Amino acid sequence: MIFKIKKDIKFSNFYKKLNIFSFLLIIFSIIILSYKGLNLGVDFKGGTLIEIRSENPEISIGELRQSFLKMNLGDVTVKRFGKANDYLVKIELSNSKDENFIKSINDKLSSDLGSEINFRRVENVGPKVSNELLKAGLLAISLSLAAMLFYIWIRFEWQFSLGAIIALLHDVIITIGIFSFLSYEINLSIVAAVLTIVGYSMNDTVVIFDRIRENLKKYSNISITDISNISTNETLSRTLITSTTTLLALFSIYIFGGAILKGFSFAMIVGVIIGTYSSIFVAAPILKYTNVSQKTILKDEDNKEKY
Amino acid sequence: MLYFSKFKLITIYLIIIIISLFFFTNFIDKNNNFFLSKKVNLGLDLQGGSYLLLEVDSAPVIKQNLQNKLISLRKILKENNIKYLDLKIKNQSITFATSENEIEIFKNFFYDKDDLFNPYYAQYKSHEMDLIVDKNIVNITYSKYGLIEIKNNSLDHSLEIVRRRIDEVGTKDPTIIKRGIDRILIELPGLDDPNRIKNLLGKTAHLTFRLVSDGDENFGSELLYFEDGENQLKVNKRVIMSGDNLVNAQPSYDNINSQTIVNFTLDRTGAKKFGRATSKHTGKRLAIILDNKIISAPQIREPILSGSGQISGNFTFQSATDLALLLRSGSLPAPLNIIEERTVGPDLGEDSIKAGSISLALGFLFVILYMFLKYKFLGFIANASLLINLILLIGILTILEATLTLPGIAGIILTVGMAVDANVLIFERIREEMTNVKSNIYAFDIGYKKAQTAILDANITTLISALILFFLGSGPVKGFAVTLGVGIITTLFTAYYFARHLSSIYVMRNKDKKITI
Repeated sequence: MIFKIKKDIKFSNFYKKLNIFSFLLIIFSIIILSYKGLNLGVDFKGGTLIEIRSENPEISIGELRQSFLKMNLGDVTVKRFGKANDYLVKIELSNSKDENFIKSINDKLSSDLGSEINFRRVENVGPKVSNELLKAGLLAISLSLAAMLFYIWIRFEWQFSLGAIIALLHDVIITIGIFSFLSYEINLSIVAAVLTIVGYSMNDTVVIFDRIRENLKKYSNISITDISNISTNETLSRTLITSTTTLLALFSIYIFGGAILKGFSFAMIVGVIIGTYSSIFVAAPILKYTNVSQKTILKDEDNKEKY
Repeated sequence: MLYFSKFKLITIYLIIIIISLFFFTNFIDKNNNFFLSKKVNLGLDLQGGSYLLLEVDSAPVIKQNLQNKLISLRKILKENNIKYLDLKIKNQSITFATSENEIEIFKNFFYDKDDLFNPYYAQYKSHEMDLIVDKNIVNITYSKYGLIEIKNNSLDHSLEIVRRRIDEVGTKDPTIIKRGIDRILIELPGLDDPNRIKNLLGKTAHLTFRLVSDGDENFGSELLYFEDGENQLKVNKRVIMSGDNLVNAQPSYDNINSQTIVNFTLDRTGAKKFGRATSKHTGKRLAIILDNKIISAPQIREPILSGSGQISGNFTFQSATDLALLLRSGSLPAPLNIIEERTVGPDLGEDSIKAGSISLALGFLFVILYMFLKYKFLGFIANASLLINLILLIGILTILEATLTLPGIAGIILTVGMAVDANVLIFERIREEMTNVKSNIYAFDIGYKKAQTAILDANITTLISALILFFLGSGPVKGFAVTLGVGIITTLFTAYYFARHLSSIYVMRNKDKKITI
């Protein structure tokens, strides 16, 4: 027979230190974002992206760069991508008027390097489309935040909503800040990742909040700090198990899912870790700061009965 | 929460069986049966292919339409005895100057709903054109709805031509649809190199036959380049005949001059025009002009009355085939610009499928092992429900004939990771209840009941994200939203019906034993 040791961690002891830490991380993220900005990909900035596989392994990345330089295509970046002779090339220019734009690049490259160059993937996005995609992406993120706000507002009392939204913004800002810090590319799939993080972070917070609210009804004379501790402990194994299985799935995408999904899975991994942390150490303390007590929910239930 | 009526059980398992059948149709190679042919479509990023977004440049069409309007306007002004000055087209509008009295006369006429010059669109409650009067200057522009009509017309027409051209090339299962008011979306699965199609779509293919001007004749002439971009020739602006009169065009080989040519056949009007012109101008040179570039300018040796002729130029067989194709399919009303292109080679698609499958298999394996370690027998229930979940998810995607993309596969893997959450919430709750109550059955029952709100809350938040992504996302990302969204529904179903039933059997069999979770 196995007796589980009752978990009794005083999470509230760490609230202050970790909140300062989170606050600094957010400030740091905002500073980096405003000074360094984001490395927007072809989807949002326009331009041309080409994934190249050279059949001749002796061609060096330097030779490739040199060859692109000769074509006068504006700003060109060449970097390794996945396997040894695979490269990802980003060109500032996108050309909608000249339908031979891509072909001429391939021809020049092949003749210059004296070897067949295989274009495995080409993405050419004009300025108009990239502008629209950027707007749609921002709209999607703002809409999902608004939708979450609305959902939590009808589900919980305002103190809980505030906690959940602050935790959510915390997760999104820090994730984007990390992308800015590492100069990782932001493309359409990163927006998808951010939206999923929004959903995941909310999910994690809501599970703990649900328990806190339940315990507020159950224990009539315990402070919110203790109730937060009890509730967090009670839901802790769920929080850890779910994060673990989600991270197992994400790491398997990150490691085995190929180069294209690297950015997406990286964003998700960061988001899940921060999201789990924030539900315990950001969302729950807000309840304490906003003086949530048994009265908070009683008042709400009184109101409900009146109407 | 643990009791299932017979009817309910039959329904649950019937749903599972039926949807699972569609999971398996993906592996059956039968295409003539309505049910068996259902398969998950692979997105362009997985099977390779080209996605093109074209924008119709309607400025030339508007200009052309204004020119036609100008001609009829001149006639109308004359008929109504309105004196005018300085009638011209400027910045997509027609302007002229006249006296204030005459402006009133013109206004009456302009807003006459039955007149054909400025048609009234009842459905928009608007005229085709707007009138702005500034002192004695009249300014006529297309109204908002007039522009919409023009754009719609040129989009419909362009779509038709684009479809003909792509069909002639013969790619497999192309998708060609309208997007918004001035865009055409094209998906060409399996196409490795879209360059030929891009070239064919990049030409409006406006063909004209015009006489070459004599040396010193400047009036009504213009200088045009040959296709090589070096040589020039002065040609008359008057069009003898245009590509509209062509009924057929085919590439062919001219044995006498040993060169590739394009043979064409004209309709009756075209044949008459061509016969008349070639009789009148025998001995002169006739320029054959495609999109303002001269292909060739042969001499008219004898009148051509048969209604058929040939175009020579420096053709390869490929370029002659393409020119014939362009002429057969007709000219585009407006130039098309490619504003977005995404092409994935088939080998990269295959690599992506491989990588996606491996990471799905491994992710699934890791999660299953972890759940076994964590929950022993209940882990078996969670894993069985995860497996059913995965089969249902792919089954539903098959029924919807949804498009599976690489991010879509990522969505499935993510579902695998997050789906166990529902069962974890329940098991953890049952574990807690077991410390409070004696009866196993009661603990399970309460556990399922109490976990309900948390599970619903948790899944609704993710569903909201998936929905927003579905409506605002594009292409591959949409595929992610679909798998994530469907995954939530199958997760809720398997946790609350399938896994709950397994748990109830388990707890009934072990109601008096000690259960450790």
